[in-house]
Amino acid sequence: MAVRRLDPVQPASFEFNKENLAWAKETISKYPEGKQASAVIPLLWRAQEQHENWLPEPAIRYVAEMLGMAYIRVYEVATFYTMFHLSPVGTTAHLQVCGTTPCMLRGAEALMEVCKQRISPTQNTLTADGRFSWEEVECLGSCANAPMLQIFKDTYEDLTPELLEHLLDSFAAGNPPKPGSQIGRTASCPAGGPTTLKDVAHVMTQRRNVSDGNIGEGTKN
Amino acid sequence: MLADKDRIFTNLYGFHDAGLAGARERGGWDGTKAFIDKGHDWIIDQVKDSGLRGRGGAGFPTGLKWSFMPKSDPRPSYLVINADESEPGSCKDREITRHDPHLLIEGALLASFAMRAHKCFIYFRGEYIRERERFQAAVDEAYEARLIGKNNIHGWDFDLVVHHGAGAYICGEETAMLESLEGKKGQPRLKPPFPAGCGLYGAPTTVNNVESIAVVPEILRRGATWFSSLGKPNNTGTKLFQISGHVERPCVVEEEMGIPLRELLEKHAGGVRGGWKNLKAVIPGGSSVPLVPADLCEDLTMDFDALMKVKSGLGTAAVIVMDQSTDVIKAISRISYFYKHESCGQCTPCREGTGWMWRVMERLVKGEAQKREIDLLLDVTKQVEGHTICALGDAAAWPIQGLIRHFRHEIEARIDANQAAMSEAAE
Repeated sequence: MAVRRLDPVQPASFEFNKENLAWAKETISKYPEGKQASAVIPLLWRAQEQHENWLPEPAIRYVAEMLGMAYIRVYEVATFYTMFHLSPVGTTAHLQVCGTTPCMLRGAEALMEVCKQRISPTQNTLTADGRFSWEEVECLGSCANAPMLQIFKDTYEDLTPELLEHLLDSFAAGNPPKPGSQIGRTASCPAGGPTTLKDVAHVMTQRRNVSDGNIGEGTKN
Repeated sequence: MLADKDRIFTNLYGFHDAGLAGARERGGWDGTKAFIDKGHDWIIDQVKDSGLRGRGGAGFPTGLKWSFMPKSDPRPSYLVINADESEPGSCKDREITRHDPHLLIEGALLASFAMRAHKCFIYFRGEYIRERERFQAAVDEAYEARLIGKNNIHGWDFDLVVHHGAGAYICGEETAMLESLEGKKGQPRLKPPFPAGCGLYGAPTTVNNVESIAVVPEILRRGATWFSSLGKPNNTGTKLFQISGHVERPCVVEEEMGIPLRELLEKHAGGVRGGWKNLKAVIPGGSSVPLVPADLCEDLTMDFDALMKVKSGLGTAAVIVMDQSTDVIKAISRISYFYKHESCGQCTPCREGTGWMWRVMERLVKGEAQKREIDLLLDVTKQVEGHTICALGDAAAWPIQGLIRHFRHEIEARIDANQAAMSEAAE
């Protein structure tokens, strides 16, 4: 568990913009009648996205009212789930560096050293211009592309300290690199090319089609 | 090695079109209506006969799980697909949802039909934002083509809702997932009642892993005997293995269940960094399973039963490889920190125990401990294990138990080294 508190400095109010309001109504309608509380995480997440990627207290109140939930119930959701940032984060980039064992084995600690040097010695601390911040997070589920980090919606994978320096420079210059592997791999394919399914079209010719009456026939020959 | 023609995930890396047209070219959505016409029980029987065991970690037989759902009940039935992939080392559901989404959507329809459910929720981990967007696009396509939705061409009304969390490992536990889906903190429920009797919104619910559902269409297309002929008895079929850590080329790859570990690493991941002899240990199934030291890896096969025999587990088949350069105490301590961070705080043994165990582990990393504390730590792991509502307590205990079982000598050597350094400094 982690201690998570609301920021002492809060805006006076929060409400969804027109587009997000329409989206919220549609989202709520996906859940059965009377179960609109199910939409609480998606709505809080949208609120965070609308508010420079951190969740202010008035947004918690606003979502509670919208869903007919008690304030405390939404408050406990906001403080339970760690992707809700309860204080401001870097406006250009908030680096979430995975520090769990698979990334650690491949050099996550060196990445965090770069963050300490370039952004701040401490986590969740804004640079003077408010553009950057970083934190160590738990496994982000990209272990075959370790070490990696996430900036808002995108992941940057197969990093080295040098590649991270470059990444930070690119973000600072307003020209972020393409997300995904930073050494040119395709997703989680082994570096240097696949070891399987090099010719998928040929493989498909070996299979029978069910629509031709071949249920459970497996493969040809 | 699994033949290419027997691979289910034909677009694992996203080299091809993940959309509907591409999926159809690779055999997706072929014969779906014919399977539905054969009836609910036919599908369940096929899945039972295939020997498919759940791919989320526990390995419970999927067909049997489905058969627990009530056949007539006034309440609606639900299928919930677990895409909250958060077990350190695991990164397979990510590839399925972004690169082979139609296999999963088709599987969701077939599984829901088998269990008489008209609605399915898929719960993505919050961090998988792009994956969720890609998957939602595929769902929209399926609605558009009337493959799913009301009055679809398959004759079984079916809605698929893409939901997400916001950063909580515990929501991968099935009842915590249901709590979270209902809009609450993700704290596991006491069982019984089990979800099949009282799950989401108090209605019959089955929770399945992404991979378990995504392989179903191919099992039906090619037959239960095809699937059960792959792998080993009681450990059938293909499996997505995720290889991370100290290998030359980390990757995700589909292989046959029961493949020897060494073959898996050498054929697909370029082998252990520095050669097989440089292996120190592997964590074969994601962070919660006990590690296996190199001397037991020689002839080790990757399946539920073989890994159970070496007191570990297949888990999610996430293989974390550690070479001789690894500080194995530190590697396990980092896992202890993970569980401390992710404990939901509901049960005292876990809430207090995970922090306690991690703090002792941190001292063991530096050697700042007494040797008797090793047994004390082991004792505490046994007091946490089995004394909590969900398995997170067990998951926190097992890696430490594995470390002490196989690397006690290393822990003791570090304590000795630290004490020697201290007495030298005192002189």
